[in-house]
Amino acid sequence: MTNIKIPTPLRKFTNGESEVKGNGSTINELINDLNNKYLGIKNRLLDEKGKVRKFVNIYVNGEDIRFLDGLNTKVNGSDEVTIVPAVAGG
Amino acid sequence: MFDFTDFTEDQIKRYSRHIILPEVGGKGQKKLNNAKILVIGAGGLGCPAIIYLAAAGIGKIGVVDMDVVDLSNLQRQILHTTNDINKLKTLSVKEKVTALNQDVEIIQHNKKITSENALEIIKDYDVIIDGSDNFPTRYLVNDACVFENKPLIYGAIFRFEGQVTTIIPNDGPCYRCLFPEPPPPGMIPSCQEAGVLGVLPGIIGVIQATEAMKYILNIGNLLKGRMLLYDALRMEFQEVNVPKDTNCPVCGKNPTITKLIDYEEFCGLKKENESKH
Repeated sequence: MTNIKIPTPLRKFTNGESEVKGNGSTINELINDLNNKYLGIKNRLLDEKGKVRKFVNIYVNGEDIRFLDGLNTKVNGSDEVTIVPAVAGG
Repeated sequence: MFDFTDFTEDQIKRYSRHIILPEVGGKGQKKLNNAKILVIGAGGLGCPAIIYLAAAGIGKIGVVDMDVVDLSNLQRQILHTTNDINKLKTLSVKEKVTALNQDVEIIQHNKKITSENALEIIKDYDVIIDGSDNFPTRYLVNDACVFENKPLIYGAIFRFEGQVTTIIPNDGPCYRCLFPEPPPPGMIPSCQEAGVLGVLPGIIGVIQATEAMKYILNIGNLLKGRMLLYDALRMEFQEVNVPKDTNCPVCGKNPTITKLIDYEEFCGLKKENESKH
């Protein structure tokens, strides 16, 4: 199980939880597993073509998956995944 | 070496806790007194940033804001008081800063920063602090800072969470490397729609001011190429890496955006009213 940190705008999908656990050996599998538990969250992370939305960053141990292997980036139980959307408040 | 003739007696006393810091000293304090910092937005982030910069004796602080103070601002925009309601925010800021430190000159930019005026506004400043409250302004300010080669201290907040990073054009990633595109309108609600914990912008705005001062003083490690995330509910700071995107349309190898564009259109807001504070 991999730990995933959920940002405030997506916590409505996770019953308010700021950190959840997911199964999968890649980010893609992890997102699918999350969506089974928290229906609708995948749609907020990926676009219609199944790509990570350009205003959402997904980090594995602090590294942006756009600069790794994208959705195929490998994860294991000791990794920490963080989801960070662009926000504009000031 | 510290040259006492650079300062008046009062200044030596006022800035003594800086002057005795080896990392600042009289030389560093003089740099602060000569620095010109532009703060975009005199709101939740801008207010705490401005007042600490003013206390530090930053010589010239430009403030860009076209709004007047509203009662709903006072829960977090700490420079404005109940008596300031309906007053221009830049004027409210100027009054508070002048009361605190007359070494500081406040330049009021009572206007919306746009593609037409952005380069002109930022060109006279050493550092830009983005405390704006909408995506079009954030992309505009980023692009303008890349074109003018100005350091930009980015900070943004949402409900209980904040983000800060320091953008040094030509020497690190820019905002578009971090977030290539804004969310479609309505996808991420504004503070007005979603709320924000009043103290949150205090934390983030003061971190922005810290980065600006470090840049001026040329000390420490800036948040260049990394973003600090703050979660007030978890009371946790986290850091993520922000690589430079070689395909960035503004600062990449083959830029496709070489002048300021229509940012309302870029953010899908052309036909909608812009979100307010």
